Amino acid sequence: MKILVTVKRIPDPDASVKFANGAVDTSSAKWVPNEFDQYAVETALRLAEDAKSKKRHAEIVVCSVCPAAQRQHITTFLAMGADRGVVVDADDTALDSQAVAKLIAGVFKKEGADLLVCGKLSQDTEGNEVGQRVAGLLDLPIASFAGGVTWDQDGKAMVVSREVDDGVETKKVPLPSVITCDLRVVLPQSVKNGVTPDDYTYNEGPRLASLRGITMAKRKKVEQLKPADLDVEAGSAISNTGVNPPPARAAGQIVESVEQLVEKLATEAKVL
Amino acid sequence: MSRPEVFAALRRDLAFLLDEVLDVGALRSTGAFSQFDADDFGTLVDAAIEAAAKLFAPCAEVLDAEEPAMRPDGSVCVPDELATALNAYIEGGYLGAALPEDVGGMGLPYVIAQAMYAAFFAANAPAAAYPMLTAAAANVLRAFGTDAQKATFLRPMVEGRYFGTMVLSEPEAGSSLADLRTRAIPQADGTYHIVGNKMWISGGEHDLSENIVHLVLARIEGAPAGIKGISMFLVPKRRVNPDGTLGPLNGVTLTGLNHKMGYRGTINTALAFGADAPCVGTLVGTEHRGMATMFHMMNEARTGVGLGATMMGYAGYRVSLEYARERVQGRHPDRRGADEPAVPILEHADVRRMLLTQKVYVEGGLGLGLYCAKLIDEHATATDAETKEALDDLLAVLTPIAKAWPSEFGPRANDLAIQVLGGAGYTRDWPLERYYRDNRLNPIHEGTNGIQGLDLLGRKVTAHQGRAFRRLLAAIRASIGRFESVEALQELTTALDGAVGLVAETTMKLGAAAMGGNVRLFLANATEYLHMLGHVVIAWMWLEQAGTAAARMDQASEDDRAFLEGKLHAARFFTRYELPRIERQAALLQRLDDTALTMPAGAF
Ligand SMILES: Cc1cc2nc3c(=O)[nH]c(=O)nc-3n(C[C@H](O)[C@H](O)[C@H](O)COP(=O)(O)OP(=O)(O)OC[C@H]3O[C@@H](n4cnc5c(N)ncnc54)[C@H](O)[C@@H]3O)c2cc1C
Repeated sequence: MKILVTVKRIPDPDASVKFANGAVDTSSAKWVPNEFDQYAVETALRLAEDAKSKKRHAEIVVCSVCPAAQRQHITTFLAMGADRGVVVDADDTALDSQAVAKLIAGVFKKEGADLLVCGKLSQDTEGNEVGQRVAGLLDLPIASFAGGVTWDQDGKAMVVSREVDDGVETKKVPLPSVITCDLRVVLPQSVKNGVTPDDYTYNEGPRLASLRGITMAKRKKVEQLKPADLDVEAGSAISNTGVNPPPARAAGQIVESVEQLVEKLATEAKVL
Repeated sequence: MSRPEVFAALRRDLAFLLDEVLDVGALRSTGAFSQFDADDFGTLVDAAIEAAAKLFAPCAEVLDAEEPAMRPDGSVCVPDELATALNAYIEGGYLGAALPEDVGGMGLPYVIAQAMYAAFFAANAPAAAYPMLTAAAANVLRAFGTDAQKATFLRPMVEGRYFGTMVLSEPEAGSSLADLRTRAIPQADGTYHIVGNKMWISGGEHDLSENIVHLVLARIEGAPAGIKGISMFLVPKRRVNPDGTLGPLNGVTLTGLNHKMGYRGTINTALAFGADAPCVGTLVGTEHRGMATMFHMMNEARTGVGLGATMMGYAGYRVSLEYARERVQGRHPDRRGADEPAVPILEHADVRRMLLTQKVYVEGGLGLGLYCAKLIDEHATATDAETKEALDDLLAVLTPIAKAWPSEFGPRANDLAIQVLGGAGYTRDWPLERYYRDNRLNPIHEGTNGIQGLDLLGRKVTAHQGRAFRRLLAAIRASIGRFESVEALQELTTALDGAVGLVAETTMKLGAAAMGGNVRLFLANATEYLHMLGHVVIAWMWLEQAGTAAARMDQASEDDRAFLEGKLHAARFFTRYELPRIERQAALLQRLDDTALTMPAGAF
């Protein structure tokens, strides 16, 4: 069993956004790993390991499309416990989702992976597209927004529960397949793999890297590919026409009476 | 609450102290830590800070609110959150951070492990106490245990499956361990039966680990009275079979829990050994040398206590600082009009005084704790006897100070933090009263501060005709020499030089009195002496920090400049507001003041 997990770096979502030349200015941004990708890696780890004996039953490969020199986030995920990494050297900010999906589909095929686990979206663009596009490109079954995953080892399938408007839907996707992860997948008992006892309780949330994990991460293998190695033309069919900061808020006003307030809400704010 | 303001600041402070002031990277040049890369230390300390913020801080309130309780069957319950936090800590590999790799540890320098503890102490000291005790006990076994003891107990301790305790105190023997009565009765198979009552034992009973390894001080039957008749024994809660599986209970009975003012997350027990069933122990180290063996653990434990006191003060400082930036109240004295805008309380000079006082106590204390830890690493890696002796000396005089000074002034910082918040500080809506209650333990355990004063003046300073003391003064003078030509530091170097002279003179006069034979008078103001020398040592730590800051100022970014300017300003504050206290203390000590000593008991 080989699990491929997509991971992305994003500008720190807690920092305030800067604008320059009609675009978001990330030149001085602090880059951090995308939170949903942490859920994806945690899901893959829980699927792969026997939580008691720490033995692994699957290999976990993390894959990122980013400039090769800026792959610090891959080290972070290797420190969490992934076995090795693949970096596709490209400026991801200049690619559209389809191009990224093609690159990941290429890595999936090249690796001969059995399962692709993605975060449901990346926090910077909130696109929520890549997992679905890869499934489409490879013609694989997909279960998106997973809140719970059970590995049915006999049936060679993943049983995925996903929160939908009117309840929880359960889908069984035969391997090879694609899963995208939602927040609830990192609750203490959301992932079951048939090896770790079903009543095992994980700490909530993605695990922190251990000290040993951190020192070992640097020694783990990270393969570097170019888009051309995957026969993909990296580009974008989408062009940005402009990005503008939201207008600054106008100063507040102090009104004299309720009547005046109602009038202003009706005529100036136009909310009544 | 995870209090991000505490951990963001701590990250910066630890990086400054470790990389810039102490240059811990240089420890790698000894070859001892060559398995680590240059940037590993910083990365690992940052990981510990994140773990402390995410795993330890959130359950600190629960551990305080839900004190451990004893069930009718004699077992105890502690909040589930404690087990969860400790398991994550163990999985993270923190327990074995400084223990060598051959016993399952990480082999990190002690100073790095202490920096990690600093983060866990700031987050939740009562939870951190369990692994801290365990690591210290494992360290004693590593140094003094027999092969059999090591084979059975060491690895499970490093792996966090067995926890450790230190069992010294008895109901009738606290400060005066010479009077302890617990007996060890030799058995034909070379083991001992332990019989006696122990008091105040932290982590003495719980189900957080599979087993508990008690390191117990007791007197072998027929041994001499006093300190020279005490030996150390390894006493497991459950016996361990030769194949490593757990055997039956070993006759250690929980007789009660102590209900404490603070530090409630660390269960505190009264234990009876061998009362209901035979309690089997094995000797650790040499017969009758138990105190020396225990001190191996205690020197580290003592600097650890000081660091803990510092970090509770640190957390309080950061929380009160954040509050002072937000809380708007009152106006500047020259702008009192009702139409003038009210200002954040940080604007008021008196609030700044309270914040600066906290800052100099806690950041000075942190500097001292890490400096001592680095000396321990240098000692461990030193190859020649002369260097080892010099480091032994420095550590000997500094240990009572590193324990007692922060545990005196850390709680004072917490007291000021409460004051900064006003009424809010006095409520449980804020963590400051909890920090204060937790911190109030530190002057009491691991040898009361009063005992530390006696140890410092009565033993450490006077030993070998004051050799260790002279080495300390030489080290301080070396720093003064390094910085006295820097203009921005001249006020500090001049004041510190004067202070060192005053302390030297005072110590000489006291020494002369001691030779005169009046020991009671000589030691009557030992606590004042510790505070005096402690303030000089902290002023030294501030000179080191200020000196580093001054040297970095030119290349610093804007953010960094504010940080470094803060260090320089704080150093000046310590020099002007705090250091002059020693003049009063020196005067009292030099004239061998007997006012306290001679107060008739009936006149109180
Ligand atoms: C929360 C907590 C946790 C603890 N954990 C442990 C533990 O894990 N293991 C362990 O073995 N012990 C532990 N202790 C015990 C602790 O070390 C003792 O409380 C301490 O050594 C003081 O002993 P005592 O309480 O008997 O006080 P006493 O010795 O009775 O002291 C009372 C006062 O008299 C002063 N005094 C006593 N003798 C002298 C003297 N010769 N000269 C001047 N002043 C003196 C002391 O400074 C103190 O102010 C713990 C205590 C507490 C409160």
